[in-house]
Amino acid sequence: MSYSGAVPTARSRAMVRETRHLLFSVAPGAVWIFIFLVLPSAYLMGVAFMTNGPYGLPQMPLSLDAFERLAGVGFLGWSPGNLYTLLRSLWQTLVSTVLVVIVAYPVAYYITTCREKWRPILLLLVVVPSWTNQVIRAFGWMNLLAPGTPLSSLAESLGLVAPNMGLYPSNFAVTLGLVYNFLPFMVLPLYAAFEKLDTAQVQAAQDLYASPVRAFWHAVFPQTLPGLLAGTVLVAIPAFGMYVIPELLGGGKGMMLGNLVANQFAGSSNWPLGAAGAILMLIATFIGLFAMRRIGKRLGGGEEVVI
Amino acid sequence: MSETMTAETADHPGARPAANARGRANHKASSIEMQGLHKRFGRDTVALDGVDLNIRAGEFFTLLGPSGCGKTTLLRILAGLEEPDAGSLVVGGKDITETPPHQRSVNTVFQSYALFPHLSVRENLAFGLKMRGMPAAERHSKVDEIADFIKLGDLIDRHVDQLSGGQRQRIALARALICEPDVLLLDEPLSALDAGLRSQLQVELLRVQKRLGMTFVFVTHDQQEAMVMSDRIAVLNGGTIQQVGAPRDVYERPVNAFVAHFMGHDNLYPISARKSDRLITALGELTAEEAGDGELLLIRPETLDLLPGAVEGPNHLTATVAERLYRGSHAEFRLAIADTTLQATVNNRGRHLPEVGETVTVVVAPEDLVTLSE
Repeated sequence: MSYSGAVPTARSRAMVRETRHLLFSVAPGAVWIFIFLVLPSAYLMGVAFMTNGPYGLPQMPLSLDAFERLAGVGFLGWSPGNLYTLLRSLWQTLVSTVLVVIVAYPVAYYITTCREKWRPILLLLVVVPSWTNQVIRAFGWMNLLAPGTPLSSLAESLGLVAPNMGLYPSNFAVTLGLVYNFLPFMVLPLYAAFEKLDTAQVQAAQDLYASPVRAFWHAVFPQTLPGLLAGTVLVAIPAFGMYVIPELLGGGKGMMLGNLVANQFAGSSNWPLGAAGAILMLIATFIGLFAMRRIGKRLGGGEEVVI
Repeated sequence: MSETMTAETADHPGARPAANARGRANHKASSIEMQGLHKRFGRDTVALDGVDLNIRAGEFFTLLGPSGCGKTTLLRILAGLEEPDAGSLVVGGKDITETPPHQRSVNTVFQSYALFPHLSVRENLAFGLKMRGMPAAERHSKVDEIADFIKLGDLIDRHVDQLSGGQRQRIALARALICEPDVLLLDEPLSALDAGLRSQLQVELLRVQKRLGMTFVFVTHDQQEAMVMSDRIAVLNGGTIQQVGAPRDVYERPVNAFVAHFMGHDNLYPISARKSDRLITALGELTAEEAGDGELLLIRPETLDLLPGAVEGPNHLTATVAERLYRGSHAEFRLAIADTTLQATVNNRGRHLPEVGETVTVVVAPEDLVTLSE
């Protein structure tokens, strides 16, 4: 072949045109991501490795001070306060996710058994509360759980809480708030999984000698796992970083990682520490997502579970 | 003639073939007795309105009827997926009316196949055995055996969503057969397949049934399919059984107008008067042999002969060709006689096929005439 690359052929010109076209179509999105995701993340990363200044603002030199503080090393030696906050966040996330699953699973199943014309309405009822601002809903729970309210009095008379303590503020109130807040995010993917399910398969399982309970475990449950997994990601990750609910319903004792981070940028003013907390949150999220993906791949038999 | 041919592939219809090399044919087959089965859905949908039916052990039995006739409900009652409002069901001498589906030795091939998408083909096949508590090693060899028997070949390690319709159908059949049930139920298992594959699988299914000697209850709305496959057919309409009989009985001697129409007959004529064996209809006067005493005369189009021109004779009708449909192996004619029309099917033996407008003589054989009730 005596093809000279320098000669612009019709084909190479078309390729240049196509490349240019591609660049133009991708550019706006790339710029947007760069300005609103890459730059702030890089800035946060930088701040985390700087030293705390007099007014809580970051200054040079670079150091690991913020991460040491996060691990509990302070002026007065080591204290477990931050570690407790981290553990509390993980625990709250775990408990509320499990509770959300327990509540959402039967709800989603129930909706699929209803008449087709009712289903959109029932789904709407599940979603409607989330149209109200989170803060307002948290205030609502305050009014329901505060000392002296019927629910609190009942809990007190049953000996579940100390007299005059009420159900709010407490870790319990935070869990309740989280479950309430994230319920729709579990119901919707589970509903989608249930709706895809062919009821003939349940009958086939029973026909093939599976009792109703075994038909559920062997034919139904495995098929809802992708939905369960998607719901878990949608619930656990935002719950882990939740700020509003523990702030309003938890009081001082119910603080979660999100509140710790927020406090460093506002009240206590230690930007590097706040940034370090945010990075910790990011890492935990990535680990969680990665684990979910692995599980999802195994469940789907190589089939990608869309999250 | 071709339409009346049934697939009595065994040399002696009704007799079970001897045990084949695998020794599978000696499978215990069970008879089924249904008595007074009633089922209604909601307040006023009557699905079954008193069904009495006996199915013999080892029989290929077909429930035939239009949609909504109750055939699928009847099958689901056999499977235990539906509970009858009244009546009893006895399989193999045991009353199982109240037995839940997972305790019945009855397996079903579902219309949608209902394969488990989260399991491989092998796991699908082993499902019933696993639920019965068979050890894994034994399950494995059973699955290999059935895969060999149904000729699944290398499909066994595939995932269900990688299979074509015909392959899924085979897997669904194998998944039900592997449990060696007393009765196998098939709910329109071939309806989702295209015509070519369908007739291929019809033959395959029939061979499997003959080899195993298992009782098969097959549901279809396709009368051709029913005639090809069945030892006996029950025609259902409106939740009641219209007629039970061998394919030739049902096709050639339908008991009423519904069965006749459903089996594809159009030549039905009210009998206005009869003098001993002479019947008067809109076609004219015809002599019948053993026609019975029904009010309707049935003339099957393939029993008629056409002669060119007007010929006088007994049971000869003069007609004009109104329409001719040439179908290669045979031709269908719509003939105008007096004020009515008559359908005739003539095999193409290379002789003259009358043209539209031609005058012909229809020869009706007295022994082929049947009467039936409304």
